Amino acid sequence: MLGYLIRRVLAAVPVMGVVALFVFLLLRLTPGDPAAILAGDNATPERLERIRESLGLNEPLIVQFITWVNKLLHGDLGTSLISNLPVMKMIGQRVEPSISIALCTIILAVIVAVPLGVIAAWKHGTWIDRFVMGLSVLGFSVPVFVVGYVLIEVFAIDLRLVPVQGFRSIFNGFGPFFERMILPTCALSFIYIALIARMTRAAMLDVLGEDYVRTARAKGINEVAVMMRHALRNAAVPVITVIGTGFALLISGVVVTESVFNIPGIGRLTVDAVLARDYPVIQAMILLTSLIYVVVNLLIDVAYTLLDPRIRY
Amino acid sequence: MTNPVLDINNLVVSVGKKPGGAKIIDGISIQVRERETLCLVGESGSGKSVTSLTTMGLLPKGTLVPTSGSVKLVGEELLTATDRRLRQLRATQMAMIFQEPMTALNPVVPVGRQIDEVLRAHTKLDAKARKKRILDMMEQVRLPQVERIFASYPHRLSGGQRQRIMIAMALVLEPKLLIADEPTTALDVTTQKQILTLIRDLQRDHGTAVLFITHDMGVVAEIADRVAVMRQGRLVETGPLETVLRNPTMEYTRNLLASVPSLVPRPPREESREPIVLEANELSKVYKERALFGKGREVVAADKVTLTLRKGRTLGIVGESGSGKSTVARCIVRLIDPTSGGVRLAGREISDISRRLLQPHRQKIQIVFQDPYRSLNPRVSVGESIAEGPINYGVSHADAMKRARELLELVGLPADAVSRYPHQFSGGQRQRIAIARALALDPDVLVADEAVSALDVSVQAQVLELLDEIQKRLGIAILFITHDLRVAAQICDEVVVMQHGRVVEQGPAAEVLTHPQEAYTKALLDAAPGRNWDFANFRPVAEGVAATA
Repeated sequence: MLGYLIRRVLAAVPVMGVVALFVFLLLRLTPGDPAAILAGDNATPERLERIRESLGLNEPLIVQFITWVNKLLHGDLGTSLISNLPVMKMIGQRVEPSISIALCTIILAVIVAVPLGVIAAWKHGTWIDRFVMGLSVLGFSVPVFVVGYVLIEVFAIDLRLVPVQGFRSIFNGFGPFFERMILPTCALSFIYIALIARMTRAAMLDVLGEDYVRTARAKGINEVAVMMRHALRNAAVPVITVIGTGFALLISGVVVTESVFNIPGIGRLTVDAVLARDYPVIQAMILLTSLIYVVVNLLIDVAYTLLDPRIRY
Repeated sequence: MTNPVLDINNLVVSVGKKPGGAKIIDGISIQVRERETLCLVGESGSGKSVTSLTTMGLLPKGTLVPTSGSVKLVGEELLTATDRRLRQLRATQMAMIFQEPMTALNPVVPVGRQIDEVLRAHTKLDAKARKKRILDMMEQVRLPQVERIFASYPHRLSGGQRQRIMIAMALVLEPKLLIADEPTTALDVTTQKQILTLIRDLQRDHGTAVLFITHDMGVVAEIADRVAVMRQGRLVETGPLETVLRNPTMEYTRNLLASVPSLVPRPPREESREPIVLEANELSKVYKERALFGKGREVVAADKVTLTLRKGRTLGIVGESGSGKSTVARCIVRLIDPTSGGVRLAGREISDISRRLLQPHRQKIQIVFQDPYRSLNPRVSVGESIAEGPINYGVSHADAMKRARELLELVGLPADAVSRYPHQFSGGQRQRIAIARALALDPDVLVADEAVSALDVSVQAQVLELLDEIQKRLGIAILFITHDLRVAAQICDEVVVMQHGRVVEQGPAAEVLTHPQEAYTKALLDAAPGRNWDFANFRPVAEGVAATA
């Protein structure tokens, strides 16, 4: 198992290398002078020269790459062209809200969706099944901002149970953090509940037709044990895949939710950077997003081997 | 006489809850007593499995429903029992083992824990007592190294070992009734023999009543005390083993028995002087598993196999699963590339020429696969499937379709079947279509890879007859791959016996199958179920020998 883990981590290195190369070339290979792109339309010649100097653009490409990677490995992602703050610091401030909201959402979604999917599959063809599937269609089709505004209207404005919007770090106390997390988490988890419930149901229906489920029933154990011990664990692999990719998507791209609830997360940072052509930030975001996907995929693969003894790499 | 353990009386099972649904089981009555084995025999679709699932209360809910009659287990009515009561009875009073040991165990739970589940559900024993009892039971089913196997996952075990685990699981609480649904069908003959003996021995020790479901008359002759023959949901005939095998009263039973291919080889045809059409010379296939770090693994699937086949003759390759017989067939047809050795087809070496250059030679050798349900494209009409080959070789569409019609008639199907689709045909008809498809290119050699193994005996007999007739008419050479020695005895001129990728013995079928020289061939023949019965003549083989002597 440990050997497998080490091999998997090592295999992720070339992937990240290719991504880094792409990110590096993004700026260098775009037509025109990178310094001019970085400096923007109204730059003075002195400023251009300064940027060239600071990026080492006068050096050969390979030397530039090595310097860049070296800086990268030391946590230096450059300086934002807009705010003049180190990119590392800008991202650092945004990571906690994004990860908090992603984790809360995925946890809520799994807690609600997996039992729903299991019950729907168990009661396949009955009104319970149809009801769950109806809910999931609803979850897919209602946009997240509609759910968000409705939740704000009802729970924050009318009932005054929770604050309207904003974010507080968990390190400043759990209470304030939690009450601000509830609404965005609920709004966002809607679609993930729909997705995961559907996947769980489909995977369970496949597994329930298997011979070993019949064997389990022939042993005379109760239905709950048949469902949980025999069916669900075998159905878990596709479900875990959806949960994992869903989680990665959540960290890097929940712009709408962040906007509705005024949460300073990674999604909005990315959009702002793209609109302002803040290249160092964009580069950093690409790297970060790739890293998240690589790590999540690694975790998914590890989960596979834990769930299914037949999977060995 | 003792009271019956299982008493099924006038049972009717219908499709759906509404009255008037088609009857899958139509008025079956059978009894099984203590220490008795009742064999429920019938071809596919006869309702054998539905009968057993009804007893266990495991019918798919809502789709199949028992509508009348009664099923009593030691006097207790099962059809009206609550789900809770049925759960209590399962494993404690009645237990079941299934056909496919490969899929009947949960792949993600160690086998010991799967047996343990039975004890946890039905007894109050503590963990230590449970484990002791499980290990004891695992020893009773003659599993080696029980401690290791206890902690193993199913994929680490062989098919035979998995079936032993299933039996241990079924019998650990000493149920009164054991239902065995084709428990040896998916196993090799040698393993099958061991499992049959095991069931017999355990039955003797525990006094279990066994309801044994099978389609294989050989197995029936080995294990049954009494036989019940089923057909299309009805009971055709029932009686003691000897009576049914010697004096079947019903026409259907007679036909069923007459279709069982005899282990005694058919009279040899005279030696052929026709030209050799297919030759394999020291053919080998090695599978290499490459590892990123460390050493890879090598598996020798075929090891220096040499064989020759003359025009108009049939050569059989027999062996158990994993013996490499299918690998050899696939190398010869070049569906896979041999690692070394040569294949000469109609005088031309084809083992090393590129796939593109191979194209003109492909039409000379065609293959028919085992499973007729999966080997035909379901969305392509039968005619198009047959015509596709000739069209690839430049025949016009109209001519190819005309030929398809002729071929369908040749294999005994109506010519207008060309416009129909595979799902409209039965398994036997589909295999005829697959044969017609293979013949469309006028091949010199037809490779039949377990081509009759998935068919019921009566259909099997017809397809074998068809192959024989086609061979006589077209002078085609047939390479016949099979695990079934009975089939091999009836169709092959020569046989090659394979084990672990190597040829163990080869020669004329009449010779090899009656006077085997090698220990392995002897063991194979010895394990063939019902070898002492000459089913088609309704008598034991020994009597037949005495009669002709």
